[in-house]
Amino acid sequence: MIWVDTIVQGVLLGGLYALFAAGLSLVFGVMRLVNLAHGDLIVLGAFLILVIVSALGLNPFLAALVALPVMFCLGWGLQFVVLNRTLGDDILPPLLVTFGLSIVIQNALLEGFSADSRRISVGGLEAASVSLGPIAVGVMPLLTFLSAVAVIIALNALFYRTALGRAFRATSDDPVTAGLMGVDPKRLFATATGIAMIVVTIAALYLGTRSNFDPTIGPARLIYAFEAVIIGGLGSFWGTLAGGVIIGVAQTMGAAINPEWQILSGHVAFLLVLLFRPRGLFPRAND
Amino acid sequence: MSAPASSAWRVETRTRAATGFSVFAVLLVAIAFAAPFFVSRSLLQDLFLILTMLVLAQNWNLLAGYAGLVSVGQQAFVGFGAYAMFACVSLGGLDPILAVLIAGVAAAMLSVATGFFVFRLQGAYFAIGTWVVAEVVRLVLAQWRALGGGTGTSLPNAAIRDMAAVQWIAEAFSVRSAQAADILTYWLALILCCATIGFIYWLLRTRQGLGLSAVRDNQEAARSVGVDARRIKWAVYVSVAFVTGMAGALIYVQKARISPDAAFSVVDWTAYVIFIVVIGGIGTLEGPIIGVIVFFLLQKTLADYGSWYLLVLGLIGIAIMLFAPRGLWGLFSDRTGIQFFPVRRILKGGPSTDHQGTRGGPHG
Repeated sequence: MIWVDTIVQGVLLGGLYALFAAGLSLVFGVMRLVNLAHGDLIVLGAFLILVIVSALGLNPFLAALVALPVMFCLGWGLQFVVLNRTLGDDILPPLLVTFGLSIVIQNALLEGFSADSRRISVGGLEAASVSLGPIAVGVMPLLTFLSAVAVIIALNALFYRTALGRAFRATSDDPVTAGLMGVDPKRLFATATGIAMIVVTIAALYLGTRSNFDPTIGPARLIYAFEAVIIGGLGSFWGTLAGGVIIGVAQTMGAAINPEWQILSGHVAFLLVLLFRPRGLFPRAND
Repeated sequence: MSAPASSAWRVETRTRAATGFSVFAVLLVAIAFAAPFFVSRSLLQDLFLILTMLVLAQNWNLLAGYAGLVSVGQQAFVGFGAYAMFACVSLGGLDPILAVLIAGVAAAMLSVATGFFVFRLQGAYFAIGTWVVAEVVRLVLAQWRALGGGTGTSLPNAAIRDMAAVQWIAEAFSVRSAQAADILTYWLALILCCATIGFIYWLLRTRQGLGLSAVRDNQEAARSVGVDARRIKWAVYVSVAFVTGMAGALIYVQKARISPDAAFSVVDWTAYVIFIVVIGGIGTLEGPIIGVIVFFLLQKTLADYGSWYLLVLGLIGIAIMLFAPRGLWGLFSDRTGIQFFPVRRILKGGPSTDHQGTRGGPHG
């Protein structure tokens, strides 16, 4: 019975990792860009929500709603002004620029907010739980998982049912021909990063309310997100959710055996998938 | 149509600036070796830091700038080398200098094991894959209770004092053994640094080096003329791990205290190194040398401003990558044509050369 509980908690934790990963997966799918500052952008989002909560006294969920347009514009501007300049055949510029960005965001947050551990309070909701049969499940972890599923469904709908999604897929396949059909790749890429930042804000809300955070935890979130994307297979949003769940379950199982093994067992699960299924469990893209 | 014998094609790499520079370089190395005779202990420690960072930077540059393997996980080899050295000295009772060599071998073996994983990933995913591997190595070594687990441990004082040549240096300079150990580690760092630069310079001038540049510029084209891209990348990955592991071990002989978080720090052993190479000029031997000087001057200037230092370093790195991707040395070299370590093949002689009598592209 305790194992069932461990697995359920792991699946719910996987929802959080899938939220971290969905934005990364989106940006990679559209423009083949891996943003090494992704984790730090999530932490930046959490601090933004924290500031809105303490300045306006809003409920964190409303504060996240206020943060959404801000983060969208930030992502749009970042892509349009900085990251678009790095795209091309050479992989060095995007990697090194986003790595520099990661260091800059971390240290700017350290300068602005100090290294203290923070947490966004959701007024008692942290401790609330519901019982699913014999297992008690926290309300926040459940909300996280449901949000992750909702985000994945929304991203799939966006990609496969809207004109914008068609433009995303066309540009991803062949930017030159898409450009001839009237798509402006630079603006499209900026929009994609903006949408990724909306997902980042949702991830930031749950990161900030479920556990403590400080300016330096971004890179570890990037690694979890990246592992989820690779395990799921590049280009598949549902695969990303499955990848997050696998990391989450591996971590809670590891922690149940020895608390020091939590993080390690997540990484080991990733390496095992890499060894036996190097293209991930549900590969869709051909690269 | 055959050209007369006097104007037959020749491939040369020699340039006049480089000949002048080699005389200067020999002088500089001679002065550097003599430095312990006339500089203070704190300056010597600064020089040790510069030399070891330069070794790490040259290695990362070979990996990313020449082999196209952008790793953000080189701290795996720094930390693993350092821990291997600690294990040899603290648990095995070996001499630290011998332990540094063993650490290099251990890091090379680790790179063979981890290579099977990371070489399944391409480009940007290779970068994060190396980072995951470094995290795994850190988490595993943090479980090693005999070496202090998560909190770390110190080298026994006697191990440093009894190091071969420390007593001899202490008597020759009439200093205490701690200072003699600093002098010894400085000399070792200088030797490692010269050997690294010499090795990379030699490598780039060989056929393998030419193949390496060809793979970086266009992997498919290089493979079509018979360059074994995969083998070259593996060889570079493993030899870089060997030197990085030795550098890590040497750094921790000097620090004499280790913890998993410090030994596997992505900021100390990878972020700084990347900024040094990018600011100086990636894909050149001169770049990391310029970069390490800029890095050190910035560090001294901004030492009192805490995280502003890394913030400024990051912004400079981004600006250079966006507006001058070949770095400070690239800006200088493009304007003057000067190369201190000429690896470009220049085609001379033959019929219908231009007025300078040279042919060949900038990256030839």
